[in-house]
Amino acid sequence: MAAETKIDPMHQFFIDPIAGQLGPDNPFAFTNSSLWMLILLALITAFMLAGMRRQLVPDRWQVAAEGIVGFINSMVETSIGPQGRPYLPWVFTAFIFILFANLVGAMPFALVPGAHPFAVTSQFTVTGAMSLISFAIVLGVGFWKHGLHFFSLFVPKGTPFALKLLITPVEFISFAVKPFSLGLRPFIAMFAGHILLDVFGNFVVQGINSQSAMGYGVSILAFVFVVFVNALELLIGAIQAYVFALLTSLYISDSVHLH
Amino acid sequence: MELGSAQVIGAGLAAIGVGAASLGVGVVFGSFLQGALRNPAAADGQQGRLFIGFAAAELLGLMAFAVAMIILYAR
Repeated sequence: MAAETKIDPMHQFFIDPIAGQLGPDNPFAFTNSSLWMLILLALITAFMLAGMRRQLVPDRWQVAAEGIVGFINSMVETSIGPQGRPYLPWVFTAFIFILFANLVGAMPFALVPGAHPFAVTSQFTVTGAMSLISFAIVLGVGFWKHGLHFFSLFVPKGTPFALKLLITPVEFISFAVKPFSLGLRPFIAMFAGHILLDVFGNFVVQGINSQSAMGYGVSILAFVFVVFVNALELLIGAIQAYVFALLTSLYISDSVHLH
Repeated sequence: MELGSAQVIGAGLAAIGVGAASLGVGVVFGSFLQGALRNPAAADGQQGRLFIGFAAAELLGLMAFAVAMIILYAR
């Protein structure tokens, strides 16, 4: 039975060119990913513009925008310190982009026929590029502030020399893996969540199509599960954005202070 | 054994790692609550570390998921 309608949870992550042709001679086409990034840009701009009216008695948009900015500001300040102010724009940009991408990606736009929702952060190219930007900042700041002394980041202080020989390569490897894991985390969280939603959403449809008592039972169970997973997806989306911003500011703090 | 069947079995085995990571996430939040209930005043300051531990534990489970997907959809 399952062989007739095979579930294809990967289809939702396909990048389709909307305008132009994607090919070896033309790698820059306007795809559904670009479309959703532009939608995100419009949403974030609208949110911030609505929140930046600087009224003495703030309306609810201003409270929301000031809350998010203040939250990220205090996070950067506690993890980097008073020198952390210059890095606030990037941390805030990364946070709000991942947050909006995750939340918009979880919205049920497919209820409108033909509308095809696309979670931008479910592509490793996007989150990987963001983590590369973070590490460009980390390395740039480290070498700019400390010069070649930056390499002492890999040598823990106060350990015996024999142990240093052992720990330094391990520290180096752990630093080299960080950009990879930083970008992998938001990507896999979105990827896994959307596959889960797709598979269980298909279970609902297949249970109804089977027209049997057991099928209806499975449909109801799967539907309840999908509702809870959707709620979990919103929570995970917010947590992943927070974790990305937090880890970025911690890595920047490492390279600013060198332990 | 055919490649497709072996892939499905391998992906299922790799998915065990996700369950192991759920233990890790439970330990992180459980330990945090244990500490936080003993000293609620200090709990708020440690939320950053809570989420770092959560992120580290979760990442390892997500790696297992990524491995499962790579095995399942490898050609």
